[in-house]
Amino acid sequence: MSILVNKDTKIIVQGLTGKTGTFHTEQALQYYGTQMVAGVHPKKGGESWTSGLDADAKLPIFATVGEAREATGADASVIYVPPAGAGAAIIEAIEAEVPFIVCITEGIPVADMVKVKARLEKSKSRLLGPNCPGILTPEECKIGIMPGSIFKKGSVGVVSRSGTLTYEAVFQTSNAGLGQTTAVGIGGDPVKGTEFIDVLEMFLADDETQSIIMIGEIGGSAEEEAAQFLKDEAKKGRKKPMAGFIAGRTAPPGRTMGHAGAVISGGKGGAEDKIAAMEEAGIKVSPSPAKLGETLLEVLKG
Amino acid sequence: MNIHEYQAKAVLKEYGAPVAEGVAIFSADEAEAAAKKLPGPLWVVKSQIHAGGRGKGKFKELAADAKGGVRLAFSLEEVTSHAKEMLGNTLVTKQTGDAGKVVNRLYIEDGADIERELYLSILVDRTVGRPAFVVSTEGGMDIEAVAEETPEKIHNLPIDPDTGVTEANAKQLCDWLKLDGVAREDGMKLFPILHKAFVEKDMALLEVNPLIVMKDGRLRVLDAKVSFDGNALFRHDDIMALRDETEEDAKEIEASKYDLAYVALDGDIGCMVNGAGLAMATMDIIKLYGAEPANFLDVGGGASKEKVTAAFKIITSDPNVKGILVNIFGGIMRCDVIAEGVIAAVQEVGLKVPLVVRLEGTNVELGKKIINESGLNVIAADDLDDAAQKIVKAVKGGA
Repeated sequence: MSILVNKDTKIIVQGLTGKTGTFHTEQALQYYGTQMVAGVHPKKGGESWTSGLDADAKLPIFATVGEAREATGADASVIYVPPAGAGAAIIEAIEAEVPFIVCITEGIPVADMVKVKARLEKSKSRLLGPNCPGILTPEECKIGIMPGSIFKKGSVGVVSRSGTLTYEAVFQTSNAGLGQTTAVGIGGDPVKGTEFIDVLEMFLADDETQSIIMIGEIGGSAEEEAAQFLKDEAKKGRKKPMAGFIAGRTAPPGRTMGHAGAVISGGKGGAEDKIAAMEEAGIKVSPSPAKLGETLLEVLKG
Repeated sequence: MNIHEYQAKAVLKEYGAPVAEGVAIFSADEAEAAAKKLPGPLWVVKSQIHAGGRGKGKFKELAADAKGGVRLAFSLEEVTSHAKEMLGNTLVTKQTGDAGKVVNRLYIEDGADIERELYLSILVDRTVGRPAFVVSTEGGMDIEAVAEETPEKIHNLPIDPDTGVTEANAKQLCDWLKLDGVAREDGMKLFPILHKAFVEKDMALLEVNPLIVMKDGRLRVLDAKVSFDGNALFRHDDIMALRDETEEDAKEIEASKYDLAYVALDGDIGCMVNGAGLAMATMDIIKLYGAEPANFLDVGGGASKEKVTAAFKIITSDPNVKGILVNIFGGIMRCDVIAEGVIAAVQEVGLKVPLVVRLEGTNVELGKKIINESGLNVIAADDLDDAAQKIVKAVKGGA
């Protein structure tokens, strides 16, 4: 099993015709036949898109998400629309009742995400991101920008706030021979769709996921909330071996470290508190980002 | 992006918030004329720097017992003498660090008779994904200390983006701040105004500390600290015009021109990394092996050769840098592009310090080949751990 996406997931691309959308859709189509089914562009409805890597790989373009969904039966959408229009693109997908929306775009104004979040709460859609690398289930489905070549089908669930650190965790668990069930990048923005808790719940429920790597970073309190969730679940007997990492131990307070959400403010959101909360919840936190795979192996050996 | 207090007050005044009359000046010659425009007989002369703690701050160039960065003046002569002492000197506060900040602007403001000092701020509460008011009756002091010592005196109220500040919300805030009579009437008007300004101008933080109740019972915004969401500046030309580059690190300004996320730090190992999380983790691992990072630098996902070259130049322009670590895990970012950018930069600016390069991910073999065939003195690393150890050894060994 896997979580959220598998070989049957059908995906629409919002922002397909841009450079980024085109590149990553070409990559996804080449990844075990990920079912990219259509593109959306308000002015190019009726046209079609052809992969630069495979002249036979063509996708129809629709003017709206609603039309694309109706024509293709898609159950997911991935968004590569530039920041100024990305909030509206997410809202369009919510209004078209797309069950699973993945927004890759970095740099969306927080105020736009506040509006998105209010809409999201009144809908049945799930949003992953924004400012995230997407989600990948090895040998089945790749949504977003993660490099497929480092993945290996296996037993570890990976969830992370950081894109490139997701790759580290994936690469290291592949090298350790464990492989992954699904890797989920939840993104580095302060206001987002899916949080750690949502993904952890799914990994705990997934039979094939035998262990979990969770990668957090400074800012906010999502890691502390996740740790509390894991403690509560463990009391009910739901528990899996976990390793973790928190980025930003050396970050100075008050400075935003690249990700809009990565800032220690008002003495809150520092790395040490997060590490302590995670350790208390039974997660073995690696001091080094280079030892995620090794740390998980140690946990598994007991 | 941060702005000065006087600019923040001007923005809030546009929305109808009660602020004192004031005039900003850039030289002491303007002081008297500025003060004459205000009613008197009490003036406040306030240093305009992008840092808090100005009142208790000390000027480096002045005697230890000299007054701080915010001063009262009881005559026009006093306004001018304060201005002469403050302008051009370096103010060191709790938030500036030891280096302090040079005061290039002053704000001369009409004085107020203060009855009570309150605290109010608005920022996005990420647990609920909404802007939220944070208020306390304990204003005029360090709110973090209040949070530490008497957390029950701090109240938090998230605002529904669909309704804005409702009457019930405003009443709740008035109750928490113990506002009655005319102050309550002022509060009922002020809270929706501040929220509107926060949302419409894409603020990241709006902090009024203190918000005061004056002896006549009216409310006034006595200090204002505002910062803006950098991702939303594209739709606010008026706010962009308020940017004061003298308040920012020159390297950070240069980096922002190339859309690079760069933060200057105090250490001696320069880092160039793709991805914010990996960039932070790279700093952490440098520290883990006993050295200090000179910067945070995320070249981003789709960096071009030009961007990588610019990043490399910014790193090497820092005189503290004694070694450089390039750490790339290519997803979107292709390793060959990074390799070409690094080589182009080295050819342009030269390489005077050890350089360790770790490449992984998309097109890694090609990237490594380009580096190996360049003839440059680059230390190749197999993984992140190896890379961190090699650069720390190279820097420490060379010292």
